[in-house]
Amino acid sequence: MSTATTAPPSPATTGPTSSVARDTYTVFARAMRMSLRNPAWLVISLMQPILYIVLFGPLLEPLSSQLGSGNAYQLFVPGILVQLGIFGALFVGFGLIAEYRAGVIESQRVTPASRTALLLGRVMRDVVVLLVQGTLLVLVSIPLGLRAPVIGVVLTLVVIALLGAAFASVSYALALTLKSEDAFAPLLNAVVLPVLLLSGILLPMTLAPGWLQAISDVNPLKHVVEGARSFFDGDYGSSTAWWGAGLTVAMGLLGWWFGVRRFRQESS
Amino acid sequence: MIHARGLARTFRKKKQEVHAVAGVDLDVEAGEIVGFLGPNGAGKTTTLRMLTTLLAPTAGTATVAGCDLVTDPVGVRRRIGYVSQSGATYPDARAGEEVVDHARLYGISTAEATARGKQLFRELDLDGLWERQPKSMSGGQRRRLDIAVGLVHVPGLVFLDEPTTGLDPQARANLWQHIRGLREERGTTVFLTTHYLDEADALCDRILVIDAGRIVAEGTPDELKSQVGGDVLTVTVEHAETAGRVAALMAALPGAEVPQVLDTRVVGRAPQGGAALMTLVRELDAAGIAVAGIESRRPSLDDVFLDLTGRSLRESGGPAGPGGPAGADRTADKQPQEMAR
Ligand SMILES: Nc1ncnc2c1ncn2[C@@H]1O[C@H](COP(=O)(O)OP(=O)(O)O)[C@@H](O)[C@H]1O
Ligand SMILES: [Mg+2]
Repeated sequence: MSTATTAPPSPATTGPTSSVARDTYTVFARAMRMSLRNPAWLVISLMQPILYIVLFGPLLEPLSSQLGSGNAYQLFVPGILVQLGIFGALFVGFGLIAEYRAGVIESQRVTPASRTALLLGRVMRDVVVLLVQGTLLVLVSIPLGLRAPVIGVVLTLVVIALLGAAFASVSYALALTLKSEDAFAPLLNAVVLPVLLLSGILLPMTLAPGWLQAISDVNPLKHVVEGARSFFDGDYGSSTAWWGAGLTVAMGLLGWWFGVRRFRQESS
Repeated sequence: MIHARGLARTFRKKKQEVHAVAGVDLDVEAGEIVGFLGPNGAGKTTTLRMLTTLLAPTAGTATVAGCDLVTDPVGVRRRIGYVSQSGATYPDARAGEEVVDHARLYGISTAEATARGKQLFRELDLDGLWERQPKSMSGGQRRRLDIAVGLVHVPGLVFLDEPTTGLDPQARANLWQHIRGLREERGTTVFLTTHYLDEADALCDRILVIDAGRIVAEGTPDELKSQVGGDVLTVTVEHAETAGRVAALMAALPGAEVPQVLDTRVVGRAPQGGAALMTLVRELDAAGIAVAGIESRRPSLDDVFLDLTGRSLRESGGPAGPGGPAGADRTADKQPQEMAR
C-alpha cells in the first residue's frame, strides 16, 4: 500500500527534498525575525558592549602603565569581545526553552528538515548578532583611544564568531536536555563565574599571584583572550596568538559536535 | 497507512519505570478516520509521538505511510502531518508566518505556502488573523492555527492529538466538518486521539480504546456499543424506599444484569430494551410503585469504557488527572504538565 495510490499527489510528498542549506536559511531567517521584533532585546544587545566600554574602560586607563601595554583599550576590548562571545552565546538556550515550551521545537522536528539545520540556523543568528555587537564595540572604542591594526581586529572577530558558535551550540544542547529555566539558570551561573574570573577577561592574569596564574593556565579561555590581545597588538606570528586561535577551533569543533549530537537524538 | 506491532515505550524517571505504552498493535487503512479513545495518561500522546518519529519506541515495529519508523524516519516525516496536544506556535510570532515557516521546512516555496496558508485560514475560520500574534488569539483560534500549521503541506496522513480540546461546541463541530472534508476531498487518512466520547462517536469510522498503555477494545462505534450487554434501563421513582423493589423487578427481567441503585434512580441493563421496558412498566403498575421517569437507551461509548475498565471515562477523563488508579503497572507520576509534553 502506498500513499501515491490513495492520496492525490501533492508537492509535499513528491516535490524536491529540502536541503540542509535551505532549511538552515529558513530557521535562521525565522530566528532573526523574532529577535529583531523584540525592541527590548535589541536595545539591550546593542547597549551592553557600549556600557562596558564607556563605564568600565576609564577605570583601566590609569592602570595601563602597570599592565605593560601602551593602551588600556588594546587590552580591554579583546577581553570584552571574548566575553561577549562566550557569555552572550551561553544564554541563548533560554530562547530555545521558550520555543520548546510553545511546541515549536517538536513541530519543527516532525518535519523532514535536517536536524543539523535546526541547530545551525539558530547558531547563525547568534553569530550575526555577535558580529554586530563586536563591530559596534570596536567602533565605539576608537574615539576613546583604541589603536589596533585592522587585520588584528578582523582576525579577532573571526575567532569570536567561532567561539560564540561553539558556546551557542552547547547552550542549545543543554537547554534541549534540561527543558526548564529552573534547571538551566543555576547551571549557567555555576559555570560562568569561575570561568570569567579565571580567564583574565577583565584584567590580565599577569597581575595575578603565581597560584592563581597556575589555575588559570588550564582554562582554555585564558589563552583565547591572550591570543586576541596579541592580534590587537599586531603580533600575528606569536605562539600566543595561534595557541588562542587553535584552542578556539578545537572548542568550536567540540561544541558543534555536542550540539549536533543532541539535536539528532529524540527530544524525549 | 499505519501498521504497528508490539509498539511500546517505557520512561525511566528517578529509577521508576513508567510503562506509558505497553505493546500496541494497530492497523489503519488509507482513507480511514480512526480515533484513539482513552482517559488522560492512557498513553495516547506517547503512541502518537512514536508514530510521528519524535520518540523512539523501546520495543516493537511500525510502518507509517509505507516507511519504516526506525530505518526511514525522514520518509515518514515527509508524508505525515502532526498536530500536537500542546500546540505548535510561538506566542510572539505572527500567525501567517508560523504556517509559512513550517511549510518551507517541507521544501515548499514561500509563495505557495502563503497561498495554501491563506486558503486554510479561510477554511478554518481564521480569516483576517494572518498578521495576528498567537499570544493575542483566543484558545480556539490558536488551536485552529495549530491545525493549519499541521495541514499546510497537504499530508496524506495526519495525526491530531486532542484536536478539539479548548474549543467551544460550534468550533468543535466546524472542525469535525473540516476533518471529514479532508478525507472526502483529499482522501486524507486521519488518526486522532480524544477523551471525548461524543467526538469519537461522531467523527470516527473506527475506535481503538486505550487504557493504561494497552488497547482494550477496537471496532466501529456501533460494534463497540453492541458489545455491551444490552440497552441501559433507567427508572426514577418518587420515593427512595421503593427503589429496592424496582431493582428486584429489573433484575428479574430476562437476560438482565444486577441493577445499581442510586438514591431514587435504578439503572440496569437488559437485551432488547424496548420489550424489557414494556414488561417493566406493567409490573411497576401492578405493584403500585409511583414512578417519576422511565427510559431505555442504547449504550454509549462511556458504557463501553465502563464495561471494559470498571471506570467511567467521564470521571477519569478530567484534567485533574490522578483521580483513580490507572492500572497496576503505572506509577503515581501523572501531573498534567507531564502529559502535555
Ligand atoms: N517524557 C515523559 N517522561 C516521563 N513520563 C512520561 C513522558 N511522557 C509521558 N509520560 C507518562 O506516560 C504516561 C502516558 O502519557 P501520555 O501518553 O501523555 O497519555 P495521554 O496522552 O493518553 O494522556 C503518563 O503516565 C505520563 O506521565
Ligand atoms: Mg495526551
